[in-house]
Amino acid sequence: MSELILENVSRWYGNVVAVNGVSMKIGPGVTGLLGPNGAGKSTLIHMMGGFLAPSSGSVTLDGTPIWSNPNIYRSLGLVPERESAYDFLTGEQFIVAMAKLHKLPDPTAAARRAIGLVEMDYAAQRTIGKYSKGMKQRIKMASALVHDPSVLLLDEPFNGMDPRQRIQLMDLIRRMADEGRTILFSSHILEEVERLASHIEVIVAGRHAASGDFRKIRRLMTDRPHIFLVRSSDDRRLAAALIADGSSRSVQLTDKGLQIEAVDFQRFTWLLPRLARDTDVRLWEVSPADESLESVFSYLVAR
Amino acid sequence: MNSTIAMMTFRSMLGRKRALLLLGLPLIMLVLAVVLRATGNNDLDVSSDILQQFGLATLLPLLALIAGTGVIGPEIDDGQIMYVLTKPIPREVIVLTKLVVAIILVTAFAVVPTLLAGLVLIGTTTGVTPAFTVGVLVGGVAYSAVFVALGVASRNAATIGLLYALVWESLLGRFAPGAKSASIQQWSLSVTDALTDASPVVSTVRLAVAISLLVVVTLVATFLATFRLRTLTVASAD
Repeated sequence: MSELILENVSRWYGNVVAVNGVSMKIGPGVTGLLGPNGAGKSTLIHMMGGFLAPSSGSVTLDGTPIWSNPNIYRSLGLVPERESAYDFLTGEQFIVAMAKLHKLPDPTAAARRAIGLVEMDYAAQRTIGKYSKGMKQRIKMASALVHDPSVLLLDEPFNGMDPRQRIQLMDLIRRMADEGRTILFSSHILEEVERLASHIEVIVAGRHAASGDFRKIRRLMTDRPHIFLVRSSDDRRLAAALIADGSSRSVQLTDKGLQIEAVDFQRFTWLLPRLARDTDVRLWEVSPADESLESVFSYLVAR
Repeated sequence: MNSTIAMMTFRSMLGRKRALLLLGLPLIMLVLAVVLRATGNNDLDVSSDILQQFGLATLLPLLALIAGTGVIGPEIDDGQIMYVLTKPIPREVIVLTKLVVAIILVTAFAVVPTLLAGLVLIGTTTGVTPAFTVGVLVGGVAYSAVFVALGVASRNAATIGLLYALVWESLLGRFAPGAKSASIQQWSLSVTDALTDASPVVSTVRLAVAISLLVVVTLVATFLATFRLRTLTVASAD
């Protein structure tokens, strides 16, 4: 059972602040690090993995500082985001080499076990250069698991994977967590994090925006005013009917159509087609105007 | 020394097209030596000129540059170094291993070819061949240390190294005698000079100075490389 603790961690490059006063505790189980691209997720993971010194604050694993302490890697495994592994080695040679670098007593057996865990036995004799993206991700995972670490850090592990590979990797991560490991992975996709992580930390623009289980985060993200753009055969009639119902805060007639600010997302999406039918208005287009992840996240920060 | 790191480094250095690059220059020197001997142009002056200008002043710095920066630079660029750095291995072991691999490569592709070319040209007359072999070897150690450190410190290691070898050592050395004494090439030549009585080999740097500078540069470069690797920040995608 290991615990990663970040205390008031900041990191800046020159006068650009990448991570700003983040404190969090990451315990056993799967923690998802969620945030839009460029939010500082990689910077955080690099500090947790000992590749970057915090400019201020401290990052510790069970009380030991991580920065500049190679011994930490006996209990920590890191799966980097970059795809390149040693392309000229076969999968098995690569993992055996990693086991040897860890000075494990029986590198071959440890490598075989790790390769088995990620179900890559069938391709272990092929060179890594010929692997698909998903296979590379799994062999990288095996390289981080070969010494059976209690903490596993994964930087954007699902990037570029097809749905089947995604499900396989999720199963694997769940299994690792069931064994009592502390696992942290980063992602910019809410659905991914929601399906896998029991605990979610949200990072936006270098700041710690929210923390909790997925229900709490989901509620934070959907219980905000949503803005929709609706085009219909009779905007005025639809607007009148919408404003009569309590689910919209404001309805604005614009030359592009109706701009509606919905208070209750679920009720609104259920209500709109009904109202349209009852008032005999034909809906041409219903589109969320602010559904980009950045706007969802910026709402969380502004809250 | 870590044999696993050494093995992976050798495979990446010799597995790709870089191996051909490494082989090209020494082959040209050997062919040149054979041709000169066959045509009877292998007197002492010409021979020591070839060993000095081709072996010591061209082949050695270029090969050391390819080997020294190649053993670690590309690995840092690609981010593969993370797989080595995420292991409980002291950083000085990583640097020393990389340095030893670079020195072995320089020995195979610069020192041995210099020895062979010398033997083909003039055998062991007046000790010119063994003297140059030793000179290239000690120079190779110092160059390797400097270029490994450069490979750790800068993403433009190859360019900077080339500028040093071409502009500083060759060009400036010709015009500004002061710059001459501050070059690995001249220190290696000083060692060579001390080992042979042959008159064409002349160095302006005193032997004691040359040896101490070679040692100091090698140690400082190795220390700096270790220090830099300890705080290496791997470029992130963010």
